[in-house]
Amino acid sequence: MPKNRVAVIGVGETVFKNNIVDKTYVELAQQAAKAALDDAGLTPDDIDAVVFSMAPTQFMGVNDVDKWAVDLVWASGKPFMRVHTGGATGGSALHAGYAHVASGMYRTVLVVGADRVTETPDAQHVLNLIWDLFYEHDFALNTVTMTALATQRYMHRYGTTEEQFARVVVRSRKNALKNPYAHLKGNITVDDVMKSPRMSWPYKLFDICPRSAGAAAVVLANEEVTKSHCSRPAFINGIGGRTSTVFMGDRVGPFADAELSDEAEFVSAGKEAYAQSGITNPMKEIQVVELYDPFSSTQFPQLESLGFCERGQAQNLSDEGAFEMGALLSVNPSGGTLCSNPIGVTGLVRVADAALQVMGKAGEGQVAGVQNALSTAIGGSVQFVNCTILGADYI
Amino acid sequence: MVKQGSDKNENVIYGEWHVRYKYSVGKVAGKFFDGLKQKKILATYCDKCKLSFLPPRAYCERSFEPCSGWIEAGLEGVIEAATIVTAEFENLPKPPYAIAYVRLDGVSTAMINFVRGLDLSDVKSAAERLEPGTRVRVEFKDNPEGRITDFHYVLPTP
Repeated sequence: MPKNRVAVIGVGETVFKNNIVDKTYVELAQQAAKAALDDAGLTPDDIDAVVFSMAPTQFMGVNDVDKWAVDLVWASGKPFMRVHTGGATGGSALHAGYAHVASGMYRTVLVVGADRVTETPDAQHVLNLIWDLFYEHDFALNTVTMTALATQRYMHRYGTTEEQFARVVVRSRKNALKNPYAHLKGNITVDDVMKSPRMSWPYKLFDICPRSAGAAAVVLANEEVTKSHCSRPAFINGIGGRTSTVFMGDRVGPFADAELSDEAEFVSAGKEAYAQSGITNPMKEIQVVELYDPFSSTQFPQLESLGFCERGQAQNLSDEGAFEMGALLSVNPSGGTLCSNPIGVTGLVRVADAALQVMGKAGEGQVAGVQNALSTAIGGSVQFVNCTILGADYI
Repeated sequence: MVKQGSDKNENVIYGEWHVRYKYSVGKVAGKFFDGLKQKKILATYCDKCKLSFLPPRAYCERSFEPCSGWIEAGLEGVIEAATIVTAEFENLPKPPYAIAYVRLDGVSTAMINFVRGLDLSDVKSAAERLEPGTRVRVEFKDNPEGRITDFHYVLPTP
């Protein structure tokens, strides 16, 4: 258990869009860092250590770009580390920052990063290169095809239809209308999703997130700094993370120890985070979730593995409107990853958007009465998962 | 290597990376690839966990002990997950194509490969033929070279 209590006391995000041409990569990261520091009422000198959130750097095209970013995120003269767990990076970076403050090592940590996924037209080629050259690389695996495989299996197990996934996209784009930072947004229909070009069964184009550029940062602080600088912080009351084999073929069939299509690593990650934060009934006690959902099919298995409902039930609750803003559970009021995906910081954006809800700073997208919010991230071959519970009160 | 230039509308610098590699295969994968040359698919097994692995492993990842030995996998198996790719991705095969994780008879885990010989012109009806639980068989190339691409899966002839 943590030695010290930890809170998010400042949040910074840039707009997320196809490309941001008036800034270099590192200037984008700096913009988010400055916004988070301003939000916390701190200066760079008040920060004890910096955690840099960055996944593969082949998208933005500078090898190990964290070294270029050091000065611009005001890490010179301070302890600095980069965290990288693929798509789960932002959540893992937050957990590293949390551990630094919870351990009593540092009073304040800035967690910051940026990504520019459209700097190369070869993004899915880069993502294919994460598979080994011996057994899997030759078979056209990338983020789209690997999750299409898991989704086909999920549909077979629970009878989910393409239209049920399409409704997730419709809800996400509608929610994103209230998020000034979101990349994709608008009022679309299930028919629009169904008529978009087929990509990899069962996915159509609209089932898939955009490639985004943008940056995010949060300031973490111990209890003493929190008390003196923030009247309404988001306390980090629980974290959980799990890692699994790269081989998705180990996670299907009767011998699997964590079912791929269920994103089942979230079962134990969630239990750990709930135990820390005293949550026994997630659906009753959590008002907002910011799920890592780069595809229309990513929400249902997560909600089920995290104990919000039984297996195969999330699709029905979704159809009934239970996941609309302000309904039974507000799922991704920001529009989520389906609407903005700057990969190296997406997990951090989930934390930031969940924190904004708890801090009452989510603007037009604010859900009323948020006591607890949960954020998630997923990376690698759906092999790194993590979740974070943010609360209005310390547990 | 960076090639400088500028786009008509944007102020940009163009760049490309060219990096070459030689990947060491090692003993375990080496034995597996030698097996492919003889049109055999070799899996490792763990006596303690009663599990067999494809791709083969030196260590059982459940017992954390060295695998006990090798077995020959069946050349038929069952689809666990499949998709039909209709979008063109950079540096990946020209669509359409089908890929599937198949658990071969006698093996605990599934291995990915292409599913060939299926009419993919109607994606939805082709997908129905690749539902989890469907039996497929392994088809080898005439002259295997000791690469994972020496074989693929095919649906049984109706």
